[in-house]
Amino acid sequence: MKAAAIILGVAAALALQTTLARYVRGTVAVNLVLVAVVYVALMSGPVTGLLTGAFAGLVQDALSTGIIGIGGLAKTLVGFLTGIIGTQFIVAQPVPRFFVFFGATLLHELVFIGLYTLLDLRHFGTPYAAVARQAAGNAAVGVVAFQLVEFLPGAVERRRTTKSRLRR
Amino acid sequence: MALLDIRQRAGYLFLGVMLGHILLISAQVNSRSGVPILEAVTFGVFAEVERTISAAFSSVRRVWTGYAGLRNVQSENEALTRQLEAAQIALQQQRALADRTRNLEQLLELRDRSNLNTTAAEIIAAGATPDFRTLTIDKGTRDGVRPDMAVIAPAGVVGRVVIPSTRAAKVQLLIDRNAAAGAVVERSRAQGVVTGSGENRLRMDYVSEVADVIVGDIIVTSGIDGIYPKGYVIGQVESVEKSGTAYKTITVKPAVDFTSLEEVLVVLTPTPAREAAEGTVE
Repeated sequence: MKAAAIILGVAAALALQTTLARYVRGTVAVNLVLVAVVYVALMSGPVTGLLTGAFAGLVQDALSTGIIGIGGLAKTLVGFLTGIIGTQFIVAQPVPRFFVFFGATLLHELVFIGLYTLLDLRHFGTPYAAVARQAAGNAAVGVVAFQLVEFLPGAVERRRTTKSRLRR
Repeated sequence: MALLDIRQRAGYLFLGVMLGHILLISAQVNSRSGVPILEAVTFGVFAEVERTISAAFSSVRRVWTGYAGLRNVQSENEALTRQLEAAQIALQQQRALADRTRNLEQLLELRDRSNLNTTAAEIIAAGATPDFRTLTIDKGTRDGVRPDMAVIAPAGVVGRVVIPSTRAAKVQLLIDRNAAAGAVVERSRAQGVVTGSGENRLRMDYVSEVADVIVGDIIVTSGIDGIYPKGYVIGQVESVEKSGTAYKTITVKPAVDFTSLEEVLVVLTPTPAREAAEGTVE
């Protein structure tokens, strides 16, 4: 059940990435699949995080024009380490979460770009600004996603309470 | 019980998955020829999902813009936009024709290449990762689309087909870091190679230090790469710097706004350079 939910979540992130990215203008490039991996890892721990990272990365690689496995490896590492951080530290506030998403994106890009450069498959130049923008974008989306998910059940609960009060 | 063991041995599992990835990468790097089967199959399957989602989005957008808004004005505007796009394509074709006419090599060509055979395609998805600048179009091998076919828009060159499936194809945009095209400055005929930067700007390399290039010059395709037809607009020179080497550092603003593309044309006619390479010249 949990695996199905994670697969659906990753698929939804991919669908949003490939669909909404066309309509979003500007220079901020957000990697929604990476956001999903970090989210799952923080919520479920290192094992689920690494497996989600491996699955999401491989699918994303297969849909890109690059080497299959590089994105998978980067996301596996990110999922595993983020999962460990999630179990060892209290990451329950927006600011720590922002830094975790930011750091996870930096690590992902370091591994991803590093492997491509190391294998001499692709030259990325000096994409510091682009990576920083993506890290900030991912972090913002990740924090908002957490807030939304945490806010929604509360909102539903409050609505029920209000309705029951009105009936009385 | 077994699942519990795996959870307890997260480190081993992590190492195993990482090792699997390294083996997977190694296999592709060592023996990569053409498009990997896994990549082609996955893309083909997901393209259908993207097509469905795109169709749903398009339907919603059409309902919103066509019916809730000013319906007649909207349809008239769409018709006029199509006419303008057709006129821009025609203008580019005329530009290409004039360019060829200026060069004597056209006199030796017996075949009329001015009318490119193209097929219109709708963009159904963007790239799956921001590290690769790609698009997915709704035309594939069933419509005659093949790898390395040029993709153009009314404003100019868009990119090339990299992975075609039966009913869709992945297009590598010219701004992708791995994309390149033979280019020439329209005014001075200075030659070079335009490469993508991953951002919304292009770089023109290998232009001699003494070449005549100024800000505002139009950069067009040279046709020597065997992919892009000759004389099509790539962009406009934004800055020219002397880098101290034998070449100039030129930044080019693409003619195409890649964020607002909705329809493109795939050039089905092979370029002369490609025909020569394939030995199909009559």
